[in-house]
Amino acid sequence: MIQTFVFYLFATLVIASAAMTIVARNPVHSVLWLILAFFNGAGLMLLLGAEFIALLLIIVYVGAVAVLFLFVVMMLDVDFAALRAGFARYLPFGTLLALVLLAEIIFAIAAWNIGGIDNGVRAAPTDTSIPNIQALGTILFTRYLFIFEAAGLVLLVAMIGAIVLTHRVRSGTRPQNVSQQIRRRPQDATRNVDQPSGQGVQL
Amino acid sequence: MIGLGHYLAVGAVLFVMGVFGIFLNRKNVIVILMAIELILLSVNINLVAFSAYLGDMVGQVFAMFVLTVAAGEAAIGLAILVIYFRGRGTIAVDDINQMKG
Repeated sequence: MIQTFVFYLFATLVIASAAMTIVARNPVHSVLWLILAFFNGAGLMLLLGAEFIALLLIIVYVGAVAVLFLFVVMMLDVDFAALRAGFARYLPFGTLLALVLLAEIIFAIAAWNIGGIDNGVRAAPTDTSIPNIQALGTILFTRYLFIFEAAGLVLLVAMIGAIVLTHRVRSGTRPQNVSQQIRRRPQDATRNVDQPSGQGVQL
Repeated sequence: MIGLGHYLAVGAVLFVMGVFGIFLNRKNVIVILMAIELILLSVNINLVAFSAYLGDMVGQVFAMFVLTVAAGEAAIGLAILVIYFRGRGTIAVDDINQMKG
C-alpha cells in the first residue's frame, strides 16, 4: 500500500518536474527542476531495490552535472528571452510529434508480453542474499572489469577534452616557469666582486 | 501492486518529455542538453526496472555505464558551448552554419 503511494508520488513528481524543466522561462529554474526530476528518479530506483544506482544518480547528477549546468548558465551572459522566440511556433508541431511518439511507445509496451523472455537465459541472476551494492560490485569487478575500465577511459577523455577545449592562452601575462626556476644555479645567477672603495659598482 | 508496466510508462513519458523539450527549445542549447539528460534518465529507469523485474543484475551494470557516458557528454557539451559563446557572443544554435557541413 505504502509502496503504491510512494510510486505514484515519485512518478507524478518526476514527470511534473521534467515538464517544468523544458518549459521554464529561466534556465536557472530549468536546472533546479532538473535536479528535482533526478531526485525523484532516484526515488523510483530506490523503490526497485537498486540503492547503489539511485545514490549514484544523486551524487553524479545533482552533485556534478547539475552544478556544472548551473555554473555555465550563470557564467554566460545570454539574453534568454531572445532564445525563446521560436517557442510558440514549434509548440503545435512538437506536441503532435510527442503525442505520436508516446502513443507508439504505449502501444509497444501493451503489445509486448514479459512471458516471452526466457528466465533461464539471465546473464547474472540477482542474488537476494547479499546487499545490492555487493552484488553489483561482484559482477562489475569480475565479468565486466574491462568495460568498467573502458568507462574510466571515457571519463578521462571527457575530462581532458573539456580542459583542452576551454583552455585559453592569454598573451601579455608572465606566468611562472617552474622548469626555468629549477634549472637556475647559484653560479649562473650570482658573482663575487672584490669591490674597491670610492668607485662605482658595475652591475 | 506496482508492475513493470508502470515503470515503463513513467520511462516512456519521461523520454517523450525529453524529445519534446528538444523541439520546444530549438534555440537554447543549454535546455537541449538538459532534455538529453532527461532522456538518459528515462533510459536508466527502464534499465533498472527491467533489472529488478527480471532478476538480472546486468541491467544495473549497464545503467552505471549510461550514467558515465551521460556525465562525459554533459562535460564535453558544456565545454563546446562555452567556446562557442566565446567566439560568437550568443548560444543560438539554429544559426550554426559556419562549417557548411
